[in-house]
Amino acid sequence: MANQIGNYSLYIALIASIFLIFQSSNSIRSKSKNLDSKIFSALSVQSLMVFISFFSLIYAFIISDFSNETVYNNSHTTKPLFYKISGSWGNHEGSLLLWLLVLTIFLFIFLINSKKLLIKYRLLTVLFQELIIIGFLLFILFTSNPFLNLFPIPKEGMGLNPILQDPALAIHPPILYLGYVGTSIIFSSSLAALVCGMVNKIWAKHIKKWIIISWIFLTIGILLGSIWAYYELGWGGFWFWDPVENVSLMPWFCLTALLHTIIVLEKRNIYQSWTIILSIATFSLSMGGTFLVRSGILNSIHTFANDPSRGIFILCFLFALVLLAIFIFFIYQKKNLKNISKSFLASKETAILINNWFMMFFLSVVLIGTVYPIFLEVINGSKISIGPPFYQKLIAPFLIPFLLFMAVGPNLKWIKDNLSKINFNQLILFVLSIIISYLLVKLYGVNYLFAVPLFGLGFFLFFLTVRDLSSKDSTLSQKISHFGFSLFILSILFNGIFAKEFTSNMKVGDEREFMNKTIKFENLKIIEKNNYKSLVANFNVSDNKGSINLSPEVRIYNQPKTLTSEADINSTIYSDNFLVFNVIKDDGYYNVRYQHKPLMLWIWFSIILISAGGILGYFKKDD
Amino acid sequence: MIKNIKFIIIILFSLFIFFIFLKGLEKPNNYLPEKTSSKIETNLSAKKLYDQKEVLLGELINNNNFSIINIWASWCLPCRDEHVYLLNLKKTNSINVIGINYKDKKSNAVEFLKDFGNPYSEVLTDPDGTKSIELGAFGIPETYLVNNKNKEIIKKYIGPLNDVKFKEILKIIKNEKN
Repeated sequence: MANQIGNYSLYIALIASIFLIFQSSNSIRSKSKNLDSKIFSALSVQSLMVFISFFSLIYAFIISDFSNETVYNNSHTTKPLFYKISGSWGNHEGSLLLWLLVLTIFLFIFLINSKKLLIKYRLLTVLFQELIIIGFLLFILFTSNPFLNLFPIPKEGMGLNPILQDPALAIHPPILYLGYVGTSIIFSSSLAALVCGMVNKIWAKHIKKWIIISWIFLTIGILLGSIWAYYELGWGGFWFWDPVENVSLMPWFCLTALLHTIIVLEKRNIYQSWTIILSIATFSLSMGGTFLVRSGILNSIHTFANDPSRGIFILCFLFALVLLAIFIFFIYQKKNLKNISKSFLASKETAILINNWFMMFFLSVVLIGTVYPIFLEVINGSKISIGPPFYQKLIAPFLIPFLLFMAVGPNLKWIKDNLSKINFNQLILFVLSIIISYLLVKLYGVNYLFAVPLFGLGFFLFFLTVRDLSSKDSTLSQKISHFGFSLFILSILFNGIFAKEFTSNMKVGDEREFMNKTIKFENLKIIEKNNYKSLVANFNVSDNKGSINLSPEVRIYNQPKTLTSEADINSTIYSDNFLVFNVIKDDGYYNVRYQHKPLMLWIWFSIILISAGGILGYFKKDD
Repeated sequence: MIKNIKFIIIILFSLFIFFIFLKGLEKPNNYLPEKTSSKIETNLSAKKLYDQKEVLLGELINNNNFSIINIWASWCLPCRDEHVYLLNLKKTNSINVIGINYKDKKSNAVEFLKDFGNPYSEVLTDPDGTKSIELGAFGIPETYLVNNKNKEIIKKYIGPLNDVKFKEILKIIKNEKN
């Protein structure tokens, strides 16, 4: 029953979408002065229908209705209720339905929130957004319908991938999607603003809120994914430069650049082209990410669907939107470039422009690293794999000037500043930072590319932002984010350089010496749980300061049969002790990996600080 | 004029990327796990489906030049899709098709073979799924192409067989024979 309701509501939403495209283009042509009430009602109907459809899928998951193919493929009666619900968007079909839900709801909110603006602009945004919505509706209905019936009805489902049974991962996709889909509104509205010739201060003020909110969700979404990878995958790191991770990072670079550019547009009425191009690029990268992940063109742990027709659909749809955007950009660009005000070298806007170029550089590195293997394979059939060293070596040196501009830039004035007044205070902090990092590197014998300037500028940004935090100013949100970023850079530097790892094959009772620590494999228990069997090991790690017990697990799930390693992590504010073990063969030996990772908690905390700055910026009263 | 050139370059560049991606979609993108061992586990012993007699897998891999080992179950939907390919492989007469019935009820399995046809020269049962794990299976359906002479796995196919994989099997057999 829920199946039929879900399916038919999607068709009604499709009809509403066709009607909206027709009606909004009609209203634009007739230059109507008021918003047609039909448009508002059609949009309400559409949002409601998608909402109903999404909830009927969740309902089917809760009652384990295996006549629904999606439920059959991804659920099981013994799953805890929480994971039954999260299972509804943990799969390809359900996640697209969630995309669609957020798309329609965001458009609805946009329409309510933009009452003060030009009617033509609002109608055009509705038109562009509906073009995206109709694409998704067709995609869902014809290539990935979540409401397909199964007959005869199976008695039991195929289960949800146990790796995905994790609270961080259950909420990671929806949060990330809010970020991705938020960029669709930015895309539609920037095209609309371009057509209306209103890429200006007023528009910037209005769209800034959407940019900030998408940026917050994207940041937190990436953070949650990273936390999940650290705790669940048991690889002992927080970022692996896996193609699917990169795909979420690319729109983040773009959106971060956009966030800074829109402030310049709001304050100074310049950088119109930057704003529009970044808006288009951010959304294209979000959609492109969906394409790369969902088409199975990448090989990665996240790859679910391997249906080429889906890939072709998203690809054509994406490029249709991109081409549309390019055409609109070239036709209407002139209209928006009336007032070109002069900008000076030493000014805040120049610092932001430099920041943008750096962001574009980081973006290109990640983009090339992710996409180049695909290109190469198509062009001459050779397979290459690009690993973390590529990204680290290319990004690390460029972080040095980036950090410098980030530290100095916010202290410059708008329009024109005097370079000669670079104060004594800053210079002292700079020298101090370099000395500290030099001593640090010498003392610990760090052997890493550009270690001294990297640490030095990390500290410099840290000191400057700490100093500025105390000074009273209206840009508290910016300061918190930048402070968070300096903390982030320092924590990953410490973490990456001072991490220690130890691997060995051990059996129960074995003891190993590592650095000045003793690792003892004390015992091993087997515990039967509701939907899995668990091997729980007990290790003792001791040194002259004290000892800690760590109990990593290996879980054997029955539906489907999968082994997962659950690392045990002892976190303190100074460092993490990470221990994970794996079954080798039946001879009593286990592969044990112990890692000591300094400042791990600070990485998460600093990203939370960065987003907190964004949240503060969102609620800040406009001056 | 300069603007037009810019425009054309951007359009051409987007189209270029589009076609690369389109080509990229055509490549087989099923993830193949690293071969842990290229030899098939000949010492694996299991009960036969019909007479419940214990038999070694190695004994079954001998009549022909090649064997197909196919892991399936009556409750598995993709197995139904690939069944016709197995029947066709049987018809070539140069391949021994051996089935491993994964976590299934005997009655359901027998009925499945009665309804859809039986491509297997022999079916072994794997009621608790452990035999398949010993073979290195990742999920069902899964199919191995084995060279009977040296008992080596030539290729693993994860997921249901389809036209492309079917043709590839025939091609491999033809090439190896020569």
